[in-house]
Amino acid sequence: MVIRGFFFILMFLVLGNICSTLSGHFIPGSVIGMILFYLALQFKLIKAESVKAAADFLTGNMTVFFIPASIGIMKQWNMIGSHLIAWLAVTFISTVMVLLSAGLAHDGIVRLGQLVKNKEKK
Amino acid sequence: MNMRELIMNEPAMICLTVGSYLFGVWIRKKSGLSLLHPFLICIPVIVSILYAMDIPCDFYMESNAMVEFMLGPSVVSLGLLLYEHANTIKKYFISIMVSVLTGSIVGIGSVFLLCRYFNLDDLFVKSMMPKSVTTPIAMDLSSMMGGNVSLTAVTVVLCGFIGAVFGPLFIRLFHIAAPVSRGLALGCSAHGLGTAKAIETGAVEGAASGLAIALMGIMTALVMPLMRTLFGI
Repeated sequence: MVIRGFFFILMFLVLGNICSTLSGHFIPGSVIGMILFYLALQFKLIKAESVKAAADFLTGNMTVFFIPASIGIMKQWNMIGSHLIAWLAVTFISTVMVLLSAGLAHDGIVRLGQLVKNKEKK
Repeated sequence: MNMRELIMNEPAMICLTVGSYLFGVWIRKKSGLSLLHPFLICIPVIVSILYAMDIPCDFYMESNAMVEFMLGPSVVSLGLLLYEHANTIKKYFISIMVSVLTGSIVGIGSVFLLCRYFNLDDLFVKSMMPKSVTTPIAMDLSSMMGGNVSLTAVTVVLCGFIGAVFGPLFIRLFHIAAPVSRGLALGCSAHGLGTAKAIETGAVEGAASGLAIALMGIMTALVMPLMRTLFGI
């Protein structure tokens, strides 16, 4: 039953929103809901099979869900248009920096781990 | 009764959203270009139809409230993705967490500094800070900070596009070797679009990248309020 999976997901969104409100909106309710949902699955409070269909539909069609908000860009076009080059430059440089820092950090730790292991062997 | 009155209603506006998305999917399939994301096609299509029919942008957005509502549940569903990759997380726990943390700090920090350098005002900073996170989470973070949600959504997609197009090049250039590292790099910087690219490279890369989407969302949600206090925005 897809609707049951959808109910569970909605329930965790509600729980997440409650936690978010109680903590003074420090973290979005949807993110707290995601963590709680994961924990519920991990501790077998919910069966993965019972939510899979609904969850796959939701994560697989995320793009559709944020189209409406993106159209709001029509109203702000003047603001972006006048800073187009700067906006593109910031996004490009920052994206590449994130890519390299995350990748190199993980590679570094993996190599460090191997080094430690080799030393132990000697 | 003219054409405009017939389509000035909720079902027609939702139909426009879903229809133009499917049109985008169809174009991508026909063209065979995996990088031609449906989003890049459907936004101009919707904008030109609204413009041609003289339908106010606000009316379109209000009518699509139901579609937009699904963003929250879609973020929660990412929990299943975390669950399915629990073994990978356990195996590489420390290295994955450090890598994602580094990525989110660099992402938020670099936007702040670069915006200052390029003289972009605080609205840009607030809207662009969560740009390396998957769109629905980024939008929530942006609205919490008082940023512009539309600008955030478009920036996030641009970011994903850049990561997916140039990512593999930079990965080779800087000799990022381990498959998990490559997946994390793509997932942290380019969320869903990066993951699509990572899946093309290999299964391990794809899994690590998908994982990075959810973890990056959590990490950025935690780091952003701290960085915000630090920078005083």
